[in-house]
Amino acid sequence: MDILIILLSLGAFFSLYRALQGPSISDRVIAVDIMGISFTCITALIALKYDIAYLMDLSIIIAILSFVGTLALSKYLEGRSLDD
Amino acid sequence: MISILGWIFIIIGVTFDLLGCLGLVRFPDLYNRMQAATKGVTLGTCGLMLGIFLLKGFNVMGVKALVCAFFILITMPVAAHALSRSSHSFGIKMWHKTIIDKLGQDKFNKDVIAKNEQEEKE
Repeated sequence: MDILIILLSLGAFFSLYRALQGPSISDRVIAVDIMGISFTCITALIALKYDIAYLMDLSIIIAILSFVGTLALSKYLEGRSLDD
Repeated sequence: MISILGWIFIIIGVTFDLLGCLGLVRFPDLYNRMQAATKGVTLGTCGLMLGIFLLKGFNVMGVKALVCAFFILITMPVAAHALSRSSHSFGIKMWHKTIIDKLGQDKFNKDVIAKNEQEEKE
């Protein structure tokens, strides 16, 4: 199980590289989104390892915040307002 | 038996997550990177949550894992679609070996039709 958590952290570091390096702003947005989903998976695996039920709530909350952030930034890029 | 199946699902999910993040580094273009990362990570995360559900059963943790898998399966393609459309209208270039661009053709045709109608009115 530790090996699986280390592999997911390696994936999060890959997306951190893309978020630092990316040529355009959309690269950074999608890299931060993928990094949030990687943190969701890491939190779920930690909840499975130590058998703590409320860490799954934290996993769902990280997924929701990542989705809302990506949607708001895409609306901002298109030039519309947030309630359109 | 169900425990072995759950661990197989978890290993498949972590593999797809890692391959999706590797595609985020290696592909040449924004749109290629976006489709590789989004498809791979969605499938991987749903597999991992399904594996946790198979390991835990109808428990507090298992049902929360199922809810999280359903939520990610709905919201991840929506976010990728909105981001790719907005970055296309923001003007981010495609790769130089791209052979077709349907959305750009549609916008060009709409502009031409609007210009013709305006000339007819004048």
